[in-house]
Amino acid sequence: MDPQYQYLYDALTHVQGYIFPNELDLQWGILIVVYPFITGLVAGAFILASLERVFNVKVLKPTYQIALLTALSFLLVATMPLISHLSQPQRAYEIMMTPHSSSAMAIFGFIYLWYLMVVLLLEIWFDYRPSMVVWSKEKKGVMKWVYKILTLGLSDISPRTVSWDRKLGYIITVVGIPSAFILHGYVGFIFGSIKANPWWSTPLMPIIFLFSAMVSGVSLVMFVYMAISWLRKKAIEVNVLDTIGKFLFFILLLDFTLEALDQIHRIYVAEESFEIIKLLVSGKLYLTLFVGQGLVGTLIPLITLAFLQFYKGRIRLRKTLYAIVSVLTLIGVYSMRWNVVIGGQLFSKSFAGFTSFKVGLIGLDGTLMAAFWLLLPIGILAFLLWLLPPWKMVEEKE
Amino acid sequence: MEREEIKSSRRKFLKSAAILTGATIGYSWLKGSTFLLHGAEPEDKAVPWYGIVIDIEKCIGCGSCAASCKQENDVPKEPFFFRNWVEMYTVKNDGSVEIQSPNGGIDGFKQTVPDDEIFKAFFVPKMCNHCAKSPCEQVCPVGATYLSPEGVVLIDEKYCLGCRYCIQACPYGCRFIHPVKKVANKCTLCYHRLKKGLDPACMEVCPTGARMYGNLRDKNSKIVLFLKEHTTQVLRANLNTGSKLHYNELRSEVR
Repeated sequence: MDPQYQYLYDALTHVQGYIFPNELDLQWGILIVVYPFITGLVAGAFILASLERVFNVKVLKPTYQIALLTALSFLLVATMPLISHLSQPQRAYEIMMTPHSSSAMAIFGFIYLWYLMVVLLLEIWFDYRPSMVVWSKEKKGVMKWVYKILTLGLSDISPRTVSWDRKLGYIITVVGIPSAFILHGYVGFIFGSIKANPWWSTPLMPIIFLFSAMVSGVSLVMFVYMAISWLRKKAIEVNVLDTIGKFLFFILLLDFTLEALDQIHRIYVAEESFEIIKLLVSGKLYLTLFVGQGLVGTLIPLITLAFLQFYKGRIRLRKTLYAIVSVLTLIGVYSMRWNVVIGGQLFSKSFAGFTSFKVGLIGLDGTLMAAFWLLLPIGILAFLLWLLPPWKMVEEKE
Repeated sequence: MEREEIKSSRRKFLKSAAILTGATIGYSWLKGSTFLLHGAEPEDKAVPWYGIVIDIEKCIGCGSCAASCKQENDVPKEPFFFRNWVEMYTVKNDGSVEIQSPNGGIDGFKQTVPDDEIFKAFFVPKMCNHCAKSPCEQVCPVGATYLSPEGVVLIDEKYCLGCRYCIQACPYGCRFIHPVKKVANKCTLCYHRLKKGLDPACMEVCPTGARMYGNLRDKNSKIVLFLKEHTTQVLRANLNTGSKLHYNELRSEVR
């Protein structure tokens, strides 16, 4: 026997019921779990930044740049798990060269580039340009030139120009909000439009993806803000956490409502696929759905956040609770991605049985690789924070 | 004054250039777009438009079709890769259904349900449905999967990214990633044989003549006459895939 098929022979012994013979192997593994998770973090972080800017939520000012840089760090990596899961990664560019107009997947490259080039990079550039001009004058050696290049040679920081920077940045943010909605809603559509798969096929999928994206992005920014402040030995402003926490509470509540609605609808209409999905959620997905996503990722954070809406007592306790909530919701949203991506492939399209999924540790689609794609953005973020420290930005004169 | 004039004429030029470019791009995009409405229309009425019939009553579950397909089309022999396979359905007296397809039926079947518990047992050969509104073709991000003029769903192996979206989209489980070629693979209705005037391998070897293909446009063809005289059904009609694989005597247990 060819050793490359060993894992498939192993999987064959774990089949329950009947599956079509080609369904033994899962087509989309852990990398495709990571991909919507990362994209969601981007969209969510950006929406939090926009909240500060467009709706002028002054309290959130300390998180504005952090949120933008977090979004950028994750966006830079977002396509990597996608490309590395392809069987022919060297052909990936074809999706941009000859996109197939009826394919939901084909447009992703364009939405991604629009979001990266037109929205995020421009917004960050307009925001940082005046500071980068100042830094390029202050610094010496290589860094002087790095900042000079980053300003693209536009060194005018007269009040009129700077106010234009701000205006243009504002316009981009306004354009950016629907863009972020599209970016992640669209990822949901990739799954939601597969009519062959009853676990995916629901028009609610883009909206559910969007709200869970906001939950994860907002949580991440909250966590990163706390981590940065802690590392810099600066005080964490509890007002900031309270404001983000309130936002998170409502988003999470909406997210929970939408997902519950989806499930209630499924249960009530009980279509052809109902029996197999019932077995799926009570069996192979029990841990990740009810414990990971439901209890850890939704109920505990919801109750804690509800409590924090009223409890304004010990600051230390509140900070700790916010830190825990942010980690729990991140686990919850990751579990949600897992339940969608992996869960949708565990049952056969014959609705008569299940295959199994075992994540490998090594290899291109193993756990280590997935962990790498999740940790790399943190590294990029650290670099960006060093290059463009929000706390050293030139104060704008109001 | 002069400067102003140059400026305004430049502005005019830029404006009209932008409108022209935009309109051209917009038109070309809209014209060729199948963005929302998907579904192939037969292009050339002169070429045949192939459909398939499988007569469940005639299938004896010998598995020759599955075996010959692997032989003909260079499909690995391992029991996880099939362009076609045979399923055995056993409907028990209590209404429950058992399905099996060990090695696609190539090595034969073993009935595990005791005789007195069996209400009905039968074989269902499966293969690509060569859908006219094929979901796999719809979702391919680069158009590597396409419909031939004869309505056969094919894959350009030099173009496929291996993103596997088509495998997710096929409701019939007919696609897989070829472990050697590392691209999507599926039944081609033996297109290479069709082009030489030969029958697909599975149909050539079927000892009972349970499978047939033919031109759906030719109202006198064998397949059209068969469809006229028999009550046939397609799989997953609710998904509106435009399946061109018609089953005779298909029972509701079959999925």
